[in-house]
Amino acid sequence: MHPMKRISSILLTILSLSVVGQDQELLELLSSSDPNDKGYASATFKSTRVINGHSIETRSNGTLEFIIGHRFGRINSGYDEFYGLDFSTIRLGLEYGITDNLNIGIGRASFDKVVDAFVKYRFLRQSKKSPVTITGFTSITRKTVDIPGLDGIDRNAYAAQLLIARKFNSSFSFQLSPTIIQRNLVETPQDDNLLLALGLGARYKLSNRIAIVTEYYPVLSNKSAQFEDSFALGIDIETGGHVFQLHFTNAVQMNERGFIGETTDSFWDGDIHYGFNITRVFDLRPNKS
Amino acid sequence: MMELRIIKIMKKLLLIIFLLNCLFGFSQKFKTNNSHIRFFSDAPMEDIEAINESATSIVDVTSKAIVIVVPIKSFDFKKELMQEHFNENYLESDDFPNATFKGKLIDWNGEEGTAQVSAKGTMEIHGVSKEMTITGDLDYSSNVLKVSTVFNIKLEDHKIKIPKAVFYKIAEEVEVTANFEYAPYEKN
Repeated sequence: MHPMKRISSILLTILSLSVVGQDQELLELLSSSDPNDKGYASATFKSTRVINGHSIETRSNGTLEFIIGHRFGRINSGYDEFYGLDFSTIRLGLEYGITDNLNIGIGRASFDKVVDAFVKYRFLRQSKKSPVTITGFTSITRKTVDIPGLDGIDRNAYAAQLLIARKFNSSFSFQLSPTIIQRNLVETPQDDNLLLALGLGARYKLSNRIAIVTEYYPVLSNKSAQFEDSFALGIDIETGGHVFQLHFTNAVQMNERGFIGETTDSFWDGDIHYGFNITRVFDLRPNKS
Repeated sequence: MMELRIIKIMKKLLLIIFLLNCLFGFSQKFKTNNSHIRFFSDAPMEDIEAINESATSIVDVTSKAIVIVVPIKSFDFKKELMQEHFNENYLESDDFPNATFKGKLIDWNGEEGTAQVSAKGTMEIHGVSKEMTITGDLDYSSNVLKVSTVFNIKLEDHKIKIPKAVFYKIAEEVEVTANFEYAPYEKN
């Protein structure tokens, strides 16, 4: 190569490098992180439910959520029962965000005609300052079905939960849910009135809109042999405004008293129910325009 | 022997250019103390709008270089769920936390007063770069620099996917309005 050409090409390279270098320098000047960013973890779970149980998520101020839960019969019940689809229980619920952290909700389930009401409060958010989000949950349930001898306050149960979750990265979230449930009337003397359980829940995102979720609620207090711990495995599909949760579980009830304390089917023996939750959110605040 | 002399001269030139480049590092820079970015998209079901006041920008009035960094998570939507979808599903802000623009003000003479200017450079959003020329208004005096602009961004240019199954339709183009106010910037 002619030396002149070589030198002019070196010149050009240096010139162009210097331009790039300046941009890079400017970018570095700006690279200091946003002081307004508190680093809140968002969407630890896609729904206000992990599957059967509540997640740490709360709906924001002014948001109304309509939630429909369905659990079908056992898929091992054979063709006569159309593999469980002939039987179904349903819970209809409405939940509302009074503030971004404080939610209230009501629901009614077809199983034992249980009505429920709850209050949920998120008092700590995962951020640069906190490794976890913590939400408190408390509910009252009442069986309104006509059962001879079941009367008055015996129909009620009260649940309280501390929901503690961490979003480890954009895909994986984990929740611990210590739970106590006071049942005013239990089935047998072997069942403690005060039920203690430690719920475990996890989510793994497969893509932006699809996640695998699982939930297990081992009961720690005394229970009679007819009752099983609830287990569930499912997928969440999110489509903007809707969340579809499709799952397999041994529980047919959708309130804490029911699925934690009154599940009689064994997942590991194949007594598995197909179920789904569908949610739709509405923003009730007037449009500012 | 003529060639050798030329090479010597060129070498000196190289050194001078190199030194000049270093000097450019001390050229006068302006940094934002106020920024306001709004994006707006017309959609049949509901309009989508968000505001971000955490963007930072630097303009080098000597070299005419401009750099803008916009933290994606700082876009504030009226509906929190929409904000969550924006970050989680569309902009994937955990993986691509910032949008950046690196460019040069190509038709500005650097004089005080107001002027219509264009910035030519690279817009990076969602980790995907696109060459762009943005036009706007500039107002410059010795200690204040103001820039305002309105431009459109096509989602497909930055590989921001709109799934077919969503229940609200999202426009393929969003309108961005940006206002920056700069003050002289001293190196620490």
